[in-house]
Amino acid sequence: METKKIFCDITKCVGCRACELACAVEHSATRDLFLAILESPRPKKRIDTQFIEKDVFQSIGCQHCDDPPCVEACMASCIHKDKKTGKVDIDTKRCVACWMCIMACPFAAISRKAATENKALKCDLCPERECPACVDSCPTRALYHEARKDWAKREKNKVLIKK
Amino acid sequence: MSREKLKDKASIKILEARKSEGMETIWDRYEAQQPQCGFGLLGICCRMCNMGPCRIDPFGTGPQKGACGATADTIAARDMTRQTAAGSASHSDHARDLGHTLIAIGKGTVQGYSIRDPYKLRIIAAEYGIKVENKKDNELALELGERVLQEFGKQDDSQLTLSKRAPKRQQEIWKKLDIFPRGIDREVVETLARTHEGMDQDYKNLIQSTMRVSLADGWGGSMIATEVSDILFGSPKPIRARANLGVLKEDEVNIIIHGHEPTLSDVIVTASQDPELIKLAKEKGTKGITVAGLCCTANEILVRRGIPVAGNFLQQELSILTGAVEIMVVDIQCVSPGIAQAASHFHTKVISTSAKASIPGVEHIDFREDNALDTAKKIIKIAIDNYPNRDKTKVIIPKEAMDLVAGFTAENIFYHLGGKFRASYKPLNENIANGRIRGVAGVVGCDNPRMGSGSSHVALVKELIKNNVLVVQTGCAAIECAKEGLLTPETAIEMAGEGLKEVCKAVGIPPALHLGSCVDNSRILIACTEMVKEGGIGKSLDELPVAGAALEWMAEKAMAIGWYFVASGALVVFGTPMRISGSQAVYDYVTKDMENITGGKWAFEEDPIKAAHLMIDHIDRKRKALKLAPMMYTQSYTVTGHLPSE
Ligand code: SF4
Ligand code: SF4
Ligand code: SF4
Repeated sequence: METKKIFCDITKCVGCRACELACAVEHSATRDLFLAILESPRPKKRIDTQFIEKDVFQSIGCQHCDDPPCVEACMASCIHKDKKTGKVDIDTKRCVACWMCIMACPFAAISRKAATENKALKCDLCPERECPACVDSCPTRALYHEARKDWAKREKNKVLIKK
Repeated sequence: MSREKLKDKASIKILEARKSEGMETIWDRYEAQQPQCGFGLLGICCRMCNMGPCRIDPFGTGPQKGACGATADTIAARDMTRQTAAGSASHSDHARDLGHTLIAIGKGTVQGYSIRDPYKLRIIAAEYGIKVENKKDNELALELGERVLQEFGKQDDSQLTLSKRAPKRQQEIWKKLDIFPRGIDREVVETLARTHEGMDQDYKNLIQSTMRVSLADGWGGSMIATEVSDILFGSPKPIRARANLGVLKEDEVNIIIHGHEPTLSDVIVTASQDPELIKLAKEKGTKGITVAGLCCTANEILVRRGIPVAGNFLQQELSILTGAVEIMVVDIQCVSPGIAQAASHFHTKVISTSAKASIPGVEHIDFREDNALDTAKKIIKIAIDNYPNRDKTKVIIPKEAMDLVAGFTAENIFYHLGGKFRASYKPLNENIANGRIRGVAGVVGCDNPRMGSGSSHVALVKELIKNNVLVVQTGCAAIECAKEGLLTPETAIEMAGEGLKEVCKAVGIPPALHLGSCVDNSRILIACTEMVKEGGIGKSLDELPVAGAALEWMAEKAMAIGWYFVASGALVVFGTPMRISGSQAVYDYVTKDMENITGGKWAFEEDPIKAAHLMIDHIDRKRKALKLAPMMYTQSYTVTGHLPSE
């Protein structure tokens, strides 16, 4: 099975950052926006809304690369790519906070867990959900949780329809 | 999730039938909006200027200040203040229109209106310092109308006339905090100015403005609206009527009036009784004309004329989706844009009447006082002419329609106990002091799919009366409880606790009293003031064993109402917080610190049973402070003695 990952359609993203909030809430203890903001440490998002150029935004997190540089870079071997699902996961127990992965990731998708917790943190594709929280939350439906070939097909169709 | 909490059987029946026919309603649109923007929910998105919109990251990783430097505290407080001003403006603008009607009556340029309560006209005119001796009704109407309108544009720093009704201690607190209301329009304008970019930035100072603008509503605009409506359309007296979609008739022309101003609805009711028009309706093969109200318009004509209630806010589309409504006439506030789409499925015509509220895709007939009756007749004729277009095969009228008693006021509530006019709060106070009645709770406000779609009010009121708390109601909350039989003595008294039951039985009142529309929340302020005056259960509003709730609040108007009660010393419970949760400082200030400032405070609790217990605990703390007698009968709920937030 090919990895299902999160794609962002930059023609639809309006940069509202709803996905960021949804991500943080999903990774909180209470799973409730109003309570999550009171947790200590506060939960952290793993997706970032970026400004590309005038009126163009993208929301980007871990790409679960087919050939992940972070896995290569991690000297503690705590990042691995699951052969079956294609998901790239961090085993934080072994993380020594050397931040090699942060340096290696071309998407800046890894960050530090919390000021009080020196561990690498990144998108885990919301293991308890069928569809990741960010995808569900996007008001313009700019985010997709799908396999590369399905995404490619969609993009191709878009171009064909335009013509 | 929103749909599951809806309990009203009539609504569910229509919803289920029409859903299968692919018709959309407010619940579908609400679901389609999920999940809603977290920044918005937390009140930390600022759009005050064109450097924004700016958002504060509530999780602390992103920006903690807007471009200008505004913090979450400033942004949340500023937005709440503006929303409250909008709420205050809505009630007050409604009051202004009534002032104009009063003047027009004085000048004799109206059609279809008169002074129905000349006694109250004199009382209120005298209160405004007008000499009433040897003056005719229309002279006084003109003078009072002009005097009332001055309250809007008043520029000196003196207090609004009706706010002088408040107990002394409340007035002292307002003076000390510099929040007594001066001019109604002035407070709204000042609030808008203070919340402009680069103006007031200290959340505490902003909230001072919130309180002032809300007091200009409660002891200003809303109170004027209530008093003038009583003068124009008659002071309510307890009256029986029915509520829910079942009041619509298979074999009559059905007209629904929806919105807020009694000016429109009252004259439509009058016109609907015109023998010519009834004859015309019968010629079309009907048995007559039914007029039913929706939202606060419903309450206005219910409490004064016993007109049946079709439903509350969430039933506006559903009433059209019965397929049995010839026209829905609307004026201002709480008129959902969705009704135009609902009407497009049927023969129903929606007619807007206010120049201030135009709806795309619906017919507009301008409604003015000088030809009100002619306009009302024209509107009813449109309804009659539309009846033949009703497709009888598509009609679904649910059978539900519940009996209710409405029309209680601050003046008449305990009149029935045998006391004299305005000197009649003794029995209530005595029964509170001796522990038969625990206290009084206001259960008011909107119905909202975010919460129980109305059901929270019912659960809350049941729990309160079970615990011997006498309930007073207004607005859509009152309609919801009416539909469930809580406003009729026959069914409701049995649900009350022993002590309350005894009192209600002796007097023949239901344990939940319908006091009217949303502007009539001012009646609750007056009733509380009367309780203070009578003595024995507190020397000021903040000492009284009372509490209020608008669990399913939706409109900005509800914020104004909530704030004027908090600023007047009451505990007010909303189901979901105002948009301030993104600022811990503002949240704590309004839910905790406020009690040391005005004596009142906010609480937010979605669960109606827990909300009831919050209110009961609060009431019991007040009882304890006043050293009132222990409750006469054991309670179903054991009091914890403190609020969870303490
Ligand atoms: S929620 Fe959607 S539109 Fe908003 S920032 Fe994320 S991807 Fe863009
Ligand atoms: S963390 Fe970065 S490098 Fe590693 S898999 Fe994700 S996107 Fe690729
Ligand atoms: S007023 Fe300040 S916080 Fe608000 S939009 Fe302007 S810059 Fe941003």
